[in-house]
Amino acid sequence: MTERTLTPVLTRRWAAPRSWTIDTYTRLDGYTALRTALAADPDQLIQLIKDSGLRGRGGAGFPTGMKWGFIPQAKPGEQPTGPAAKPTYLVINADEGEPGTCKDVPLMMADPHSLVEGCIITAYAIRAHRCFIYVRGEVVHCLRRVHNAVKEAYAAGYLGSNILGSGFDLDIVVHAGAGAYEAGEETALLNSLEGLRAEPRLKPPFPATSGLYAAPTVVNNVETICTVPYIVNGGSDWFRTMGTEKSPGPKIYSISGHVQRPGQYEAPLGTTLRELLELAGGMKGELKFWTPGGSSTPLLTTKHMDVPLDFEGAAEAGSMLGTTAVMVFNTTVSVPWAVMKWTEFYEHESCGKCTPCREGTYWLTQILQRMVRKEGTPSDVETMLDICDNIFGRSFCALGDGAVSPIRSGIKYFRQEFLDLCAQQSGHPRQAALSGSVR
Amino acid sequence: MRSEEPLAGSSINSEEPLAGSSINSANNKSANHDEPVDSPAFTARPVAAEEIPDQAAPTTLSTAQDVPVERPLQVDTGVFDELTRQRAQEIIARYPQPRSALLPLLHLVQSVEGYVSQAGISFAAELLELTTAEVSTVATFYTMFKRRPAGEHLVSVCTNTLCAALGGDEIYAGLCKKLGVGHEETAGRPGSSGSITVEHAECLAACDLAPVLQVNYEFYDNQTPESAVALVEALQRGERPAPTRGAPLTDWRHTELQLAGFFGEPQELRDAVDGPSAAPETLAGNRLAEEKGWTAPAMPGNPPPLPAVADKK
Repeated sequence: MTERTLTPVLTRRWAAPRSWTIDTYTRLDGYTALRTALAADPDQLIQLIKDSGLRGRGGAGFPTGMKWGFIPQAKPGEQPTGPAAKPTYLVINADEGEPGTCKDVPLMMADPHSLVEGCIITAYAIRAHRCFIYVRGEVVHCLRRVHNAVKEAYAAGYLGSNILGSGFDLDIVVHAGAGAYEAGEETALLNSLEGLRAEPRLKPPFPATSGLYAAPTVVNNVETICTVPYIVNGGSDWFRTMGTEKSPGPKIYSISGHVQRPGQYEAPLGTTLRELLELAGGMKGELKFWTPGGSSTPLLTTKHMDVPLDFEGAAEAGSMLGTTAVMVFNTTVSVPWAVMKWTEFYEHESCGKCTPCREGTYWLTQILQRMVRKEGTPSDVETMLDICDNIFGRSFCALGDGAVSPIRSGIKYFRQEFLDLCAQQSGHPRQAALSGSVR
Repeated sequence: MRSEEPLAGSSINSEEPLAGSSINSANNKSANHDEPVDSPAFTARPVAAEEIPDQAAPTTLSTAQDVPVERPLQVDTGVFDELTRQRAQEIIARYPQPRSALLPLLHLVQSVEGYVSQAGISFAAELLELTTAEVSTVATFYTMFKRRPAGEHLVSVCTNTLCAALGGDEIYAGLCKKLGVGHEETAGRPGSSGSITVEHAECLAACDLAPVLQVNYEFYDNQTPESAVALVEALQRGERPAPTRGAPLTDWRHTELQLAGFFGEPQELRDAVDGPSAAPETLAGNRLAEEKGWTAPAMPGNPPPLPAVADKK
């Protein structure tokens, strides 16, 4: 195996002085890909992204070029009908909020122009003339950096009408969210952007034909879109020199928790936890459990340190790559406690639309809280697994599926720790769970 | 997003919290759920500014209200001045469909009143030609929309798993104890100098800098219980310590104006934009690569030709 090293591509400009300004960005090759792109046929760009194998960086890993290709386009010389007759929209999901995930926020803070350039190229490829960047409300510094970058791009002629004389028009609106994890789900995000509660929609129809205002829409993650200008400049073969065949390219791994040097490490997809820990200066204490990509990706253990962290490797290990938010916990952390905290999160953030998720997360939280108070019984473990079975796959969106991940994987690898906790019954009279009376 | 208080519909018809309203009080220990909840926003009854209880005491809860059910909705939106109305029109003009303006409009409302008041609900409803119920259902869904007047500063402590494991729970408990308040409660008279609203927040997307807290959504990284208490003491004295990452601290209402999309004159925007962002953690990989001489594979000298596409039929 060749030595794995860091491959700064998206993070390359981060340390530059005032990296967020258009001056720094253009000095470091910014807006060069845009010129190449605007001279091309939009379909060539879609093909380029398909060839590159770029997969969505927001968690699901859907092939980006394919997503763009789903947008219905009118055939030349024919009157467009159906969805193709409607305007097309590009919507950027910058609502980062998955526990553990902290890559888009530093990316937008340090290099907002790469997002703007990516938006322009993507909008040109899918023939959109309106783009919305939906930024999580709680990260107001990102919001002002992105707002400022958009303003600078207008002043430089990269946005507005007839961009660089190409005849292509694009307007970008930066939109602030208002505090809802669920708004990070693409259809819930569209609802939120339409001024509704952030509740998911039933699919199909998919956003590609019926998205924002029921018009064809591409929703892409920040990191995905920031990658696009580099692929235009370097080509798909260059992009594939990093990563694996099915998961090509560099990826920002966010390492947090009990490590010596937590932070952002951009490395090829397929890097292992063992390698990442080495880059981050090693553990603080002894490794107990970790997540490969946020709390919705099942926990892994010391047995999984050599799993290649790409979409396939993480799935084969029984987890998911998610957002490569590598949260690392040492032996001081109780698994039932950690699972309880995550479950409280899902309970709070469940939008309430689907009964299994709304009620199930509420029950699970009560059981786990009771267990952590040392009032649980061994049968609670089975009860929780049963509830998980009734949530998983039974809601509109993936929040419910994500909610059961820490519980199922926590019990799978650390069942004895749950049972030991139940064995430490404090002797207090047990309060009934599931009645609401304990809350 | 289950609410921590009865929703609009429930408080219209009942002075008592509904049976289900106590379900989420686990993390809201000092909220008194056995008493009727004082919820000035989202009731059917208009609330004049002078009726908002004096908030000299640290806790803002607990004034019972007499809410006649049948009173028609006639809310005076005069608190929103001409400038605010102009800004509202600017927001609406950003979108192909007016309703998309609702979230920014509610941020704008909060920048004026320090919470989403009943007047704010009516204001947004009138502008977008929606019913107040349609606006209320959205306003109650999102955690950033506050339903009671908030303090000069909003302190949000991440208590999600990773931050909590590294001390976030202690930081939150310490601040609540110091200020004598619980979740979404205010120490001091809301809006007055040095008043502080505290909340426990879900993951704030800064896990490499854990444990984190925010003041008015600006980041204070790598906190300890002691540093957090020192921070709120400074805020109470009227000081504005600089965030680790973010713009020079203003107040929560000012931040809400930015969330509505108004960033001030060029110089103000420039100063705010130039606030620090790159923590050592942010640049950890970058620095290591530089130190070791690691780079990504070089790109070809010129962009390679784009792939050909099949002839369009």
